[in-house]
Amino acid sequence: MIESTALAVAPETAYPLSPPDTSQRNRHASTTPNVGTPRTVTPYAWAIETRGLTKRFGDATVVDRLDLRVPAGSVFGFLGPNGSGKTTTIRMLLGLISPTAGEVHLLGEPIPSASASVLPRVGALVEGPAFYPWLSGSQNLARLDAAGMQLQSVTTRSERIDTALSRVGLTAVGNKKVKAYSLGMRQRLGLANALLHPCELLILDEPTNGMDPQGTREIRNLIRELANNGTTVCLSSHLLAEIEQVCTHVAVMRLGKLLTQSSLQELRATTSEKLHITTTDTALARRTLQTNGVVVTESHDDTFTAEPGGYPPEEINRMLVQAGVGVRRFVLESPTLEDTFVALTGEGFDVAQ
Amino acid sequence: MLRNELSLMFRRRRLQALLGALGLVPISIMLAIRIGGGPEGGEGPAFFNQVTNNGVFATLAALTVTLPIFLPMVVAVVAGDSIAGEASLGTLRYLLIRPISRLRLLLTKAAATAVFCMAATAVVAVCGLIAGVVLFPVGRITTLSGDTLSLSAGMVRIAGAAVLIGLSLLGLAAVGLFISTLTDVPVGAMAATLGVFILVGVLNALPQVRVIHPWLFTQDWTSYGDLLRSHVQWNAITHNLVRQGLYIAIFGGAAWARFTTKDVLA
Repeated sequence: MIESTALAVAPETAYPLSPPDTSQRNRHASTTPNVGTPRTVTPYAWAIETRGLTKRFGDATVVDRLDLRVPAGSVFGFLGPNGSGKTTTIRMLLGLISPTAGEVHLLGEPIPSASASVLPRVGALVEGPAFYPWLSGSQNLARLDAAGMQLQSVTTRSERIDTALSRVGLTAVGNKKVKAYSLGMRQRLGLANALLHPCELLILDEPTNGMDPQGTREIRNLIRELANNGTTVCLSSHLLAEIEQVCTHVAVMRLGKLLTQSSLQELRATTSEKLHITTTDTALARRTLQTNGVVVTESHDDTFTAEPGGYPPEEINRMLVQAGVGVRRFVLESPTLEDTFVALTGEGFDVAQ
Repeated sequence: MLRNELSLMFRRRRLQALLGALGLVPISIMLAIRIGGGPEGGEGPAFFNQVTNNGVFATLAALTVTLPIFLPMVVAVVAGDSIAGEASLGTLRYLLIRPISRLRLLLTKAAATAVFCMAATAVVAVCGLIAGVVLFPVGRITTLSGDTLSLSAGMVRIAGAAVLIGLSLLGLAAVGLFISTLTDVPVGAMAATLGVFILVGVLNALPQVRVIHPWLFTQDWTSYGDLLRSHVQWNAITHNLVRQGLYIAIFGGAAWARFTTKDVLA
């Protein structure tokens, strides 16, 4: 099963081996109103690179020979159904759990051996926010910041905390105890924690979980802003529409394996477009298209769906008209990321084992 | 980081309540003795019969009565919570990716737990002293050997006994810290630590296992009494301190071995 769906883009050939093309990101930047400072040139091509990364818990292989490559400067969407191994991968990236096999490089340096020098340049939100409920929001940030090893940061701590809180819109409740925070507010505080120090890589696991629409929007803008300033953002989310709006690159995991990783455009191209056609004579229309080799996938009453295959849409329309079919409605739908995602990971609601 | 850890710990309502309750124990006992009259000569726990003559002895009485249960209980709570509590909140992962080295975090937790052991003992001692001085007369101190010491010399010895009791708790704290690295459930770690303490108490009471008695961390817990003799006997006190040191080395080492290699999944 996996083999048949895994062919979208072989991981080895997902990107050229030279540093990733920045045209993707420039295009992205030009569509954003506030174009930030020019990107700084990084000494590494991949912000995250894993080679043969594997984690077994007992008999279960949770992450299986993962070769993940997150281009420096990209906004990278990390997708996969529940239980596909995303969070375990993120934990290995950050040195929280040790891999059974394989290696991890963050910002070009090996993890966990270089953790002490690499992790101060990485911000992360891992599997939801976590705080001390009996401390206020800003006390929590101060506590976590104090755990860091950079002594010079002590002097700027309160200033950085204020900035981080205002960036996520929590200034008004910074002195309230976290006990009183809603899920969305905790999520914002988790982001503030990730943004406490300037970072080159931001790893966000489900950052908009539990947030209101305003919050979701602001997070999206925040991610764009950070990306424009050269921060690589690796984002895991189930909200595919969300990913679609901000990401330049995407990877999809299933059952611990990497199904695909590529730029969003390349991934989209793997799923074909669909035509929704409403006509005066469904039977005749279907016959006409099928004799020309167009696949009709489903039909309801006077409407049916077809996959244009190699034909341009206007050609299909002409076939119908020439056959004497009255075309009432003719819609070409490009695949959403959700279609692509389901095509890759399969239908079915049950958590795969 | 230690200062940060301590402020985190002592700001917690639960810990404040624990210490408050601990302080109430000597105060309520002293009140009961004042109202109901002290035990007849020689009856009751050590030092109790002297309280009515000399309020300073309330310090020792308070420590003696809290040492078998109350103090180990609060130490089990704090030590058991140290790592497992961070794990269950999920803050452990955020501390570690800050990053803080696992060894440094463990040492910080160990130091904070040790400070708590001393603080809890101090709360009992100070509350006992205040209650005793307020409720009873104060005077020269009679040693266990029968002669008397000046009040100041006696106070120094009593303070020394309190410090010794605080240090006696460190072995149990080390066991608790180790257990805390084994689980993500703080209540489990607390209960297990308390369980170990109770088991040690039972073993210590069984003459059939006399051979292992020298290895139990409670063996010389009452050695602080030797400070109250006219000539201090250091034998049992030294044994006690060495034993606590061994427990710290062994269980601290086990905690280090476990914590620095463990997968943080919480």
